[in-house]
Amino acid sequence: MSPNDSVYIKKNLPDNISKIGGILLVIGLVLGIAAFFVDSYRASFAYLVSFIFFLSIVVGSLFLVALEYAANADWSTPFRRVSEFLAAGLPLLLIFTIPLLFNTSSLFQWSHADFVNSDKMLQAKSAYLNTPFFMVRVFVIIIIWIFFYFLIIRNSRKQDETGNQALTKRNITLSVIFIPIFAITITLVAVDWIMSLESKWFSTIFGVYLFAGVAWSSLAALTLTSIKLKEKGFLHPAVKEDHYYSLGTLMFAFTAFWGYIAFSQYMLIWYGNLPEETFWFMQRWAGGWKIVSVLLIVTHFIVPFFYLISYEAKTNPKKLKFISIWILCVHLLDIYWLIMPSMSRNDHAYSFSWIDFVFPLIFIGVIMIVFKKVSEKINLVPVRDPKLERGLNFHL
Amino acid sequence: MADNKLYCVSALFDTPDKIINAAKKTTESGYKKFDVNTPYPVHGMDKAMGLGQSKIGYVTLFFGLSGAAFIFLFMWWTFASSYNLVVGGKPFLSAPAFIPITFETTVLFAAISTVVGMIAVYFKLPDNNNPIHDTDYMKAVSGDKYGLFIEADDELFDKDKVTEFLKSLGAYKVSDIYFPEKETYKMFAPGFLFFLAVVGIITNAATYITLNKLMYLTPYDWMEFQDKLTAQEGSNIFADGEGMRVPVEGTVARGEIPYPYSSPTDTTEALTNPTIPTKEVLDLGKRKFLTFCSPCHGNFAEGESRLHQQFPTGPTLVKSKIINYPDGRIYHIITTGQNVMPSYARQITREERWAIIDYIRVLQRAQNASKADLDLVKKESSSNVAK
Repeated sequence: MSPNDSVYIKKNLPDNISKIGGILLVIGLVLGIAAFFVDSYRASFAYLVSFIFFLSIVVGSLFLVALEYAANADWSTPFRRVSEFLAAGLPLLLIFTIPLLFNTSSLFQWSHADFVNSDKMLQAKSAYLNTPFFMVRVFVIIIIWIFFYFLIIRNSRKQDETGNQALTKRNITLSVIFIPIFAITITLVAVDWIMSLESKWFSTIFGVYLFAGVAWSSLAALTLTSIKLKEKGFLHPAVKEDHYYSLGTLMFAFTAFWGYIAFSQYMLIWYGNLPEETFWFMQRWAGGWKIVSVLLIVTHFIVPFFYLISYEAKTNPKKLKFISIWILCVHLLDIYWLIMPSMSRNDHAYSFSWIDFVFPLIFIGVIMIVFKKVSEKINLVPVRDPKLERGLNFHL
Repeated sequence: MADNKLYCVSALFDTPDKIINAAKKTTESGYKKFDVNTPYPVHGMDKAMGLGQSKIGYVTLFFGLSGAAFIFLFMWWTFASSYNLVVGGKPFLSAPAFIPITFETTVLFAAISTVVGMIAVYFKLPDNNNPIHDTDYMKAVSGDKYGLFIEADDELFDKDKVTEFLKSLGAYKVSDIYFPEKETYKMFAPGFLFFLAVVGIITNAATYITLNKLMYLTPYDWMEFQDKLTAQEGSNIFADGEGMRVPVEGTVARGEIPYPYSSPTDTTEALTNPTIPTKEVLDLGKRKFLTFCSPCHGNFAEGESRLHQQFPTGPTLVKSKIINYPDGRIYHIITTGQNVMPSYARQITREERWAIIDYIRVLQRAQNASKADLDLVKKESSSNVAK
């Protein structure tokens, strides 16, 4: 190994990234705004799907960063910055929430006073499910995340300049505090944004279900971005297949975890067979949704499980790239499956619309632009992190 | 020991870096039959030893899938094929309920087969006599040292060269390991078999005496044994020694009125049916008739019953002789019995007896229905339909 191979040299990412991101963002914005004018009811649901997808990736990436610190993992240190950059869109959640807050009356039945007054169950739930408290929760949760994001990221970046090892310790403390808070807040997000669309439905495992998807998709985003960056030579040259293998293993683990959680949720409801719980699955088994449900089982569990089970797939960057894109698409499908059936409620007539597909463009564009913007000033590798050397020497 | 064949030359190292380096150099020097022993898995060892991908994964995969298939078919066979069992109103073959068990069994089969497979391959089962067992080398690598040994039947093996080579790698101790002396097992020697038999007998006897004689406790008997007197049981409280007592003479049980008549003719005038044959009374009579009378007299009192001549057949009750009996006479027969028929006074209350008689009257009329009766029935049923 020549010395040039073992040293990270900062290179600027190509401008294409922000250009393509900008184009996607503009197309998405134009079509999205048009969608709100054409059918604001449908558009608010479609927007919510993409919003949750974006939220999954940004807050999931922050979770991965915190997880690395809390577990004192060193193998992932060489590409921790990738997760940090992916999480950089987190403060934008404050802006992206606004279109939803204007459309709560389209999204949530419980926000209609006359509907709640006619229903005893919703009256009992109204102490939690009411618009002011909902707004408070939404903003408090996002602000907590942003708070931790800035603290952890600031320490990590400061270390590039000072090399102070105490910063790692401080970040470990912050991460250990953040992870349980993340567990509670992601559960509340799942309940508030998705479960309350069906205001009478309940499932106590629902927060974990969303978490499984969040961790899975942010790992896929990390894998995809890292491999792309490594291929183009932007990452540390010493990153090798052992690192990919670990990422692949984690994706494999979360594939199984999602399957476990999704099945646990389904089986208890199926066994109990109580109408107040089963209707949610009946909605998703009616008409064309049946195809989507089966497709979800196949694409979300069976395909990635058997794809990632071999050593070969986990060490081959090309195969990993493919399954990462697959996972991101399927996670979007999963959220779509969670949210959209509630739009038509019990009216089974449902058809795809162009509106469903425009909003992901906005968020993919935003992630790309933010990534490029952040990477201009900051190293893609935490060059003076005390764990970096061990991380680069990582062997299976 | 010197007489035995040399198995290998072993070397002990202090640090994981040294053992990785040693493994790398050994591979580069072209030795094939060597192995490394470390107290914990050292990262990067597979590559340093030049090992390929382990094949154990295929064992795990195969047995995992076999476990899944086996248990799923087993559940299908037991629940849905051989003996259909309704559980919670679900279909017999309900996959969601089977999945947790399929999952667990997959994990069980996969895990056990992996462990057993590794042990079997490594120890070359059923042989469990690897020469490096029970050596100082093994003791050291089970503690905090890292060991490497090169086997004597490697193609490049030369004892002095290997010793020099291992020392040059930085081993702090290099030692030779020989095959142990062949042990002979006297599994079926008579003395040993006798010893086994004696141990077996003594263990059995000691267990039996201890548990059944010395430490016997009545297991929880669900109140099987109580101090009260049961039927047919003797008692020394009473002078005659019998537990069962006769009521004081002249006792009349609550709600029981003595039946004073002994001959059917007495009752004809004395007893009249106090009931009015309403629907409720007839329903009661029918129920009691079917319970107590129909076994001998038949469901429609026709005399042909389900006993089918295996017991003296009860006479038909729909013949004119019985039709002409007054209610009181039938009441008397039910109460006291007649010929083979026993008394039903204890089983059937007085109200029920009268209700039965009302029902018998219905049967009698039904069996001998006149045209006027049939017309009436027709008329009523058609009027019901009209409603």
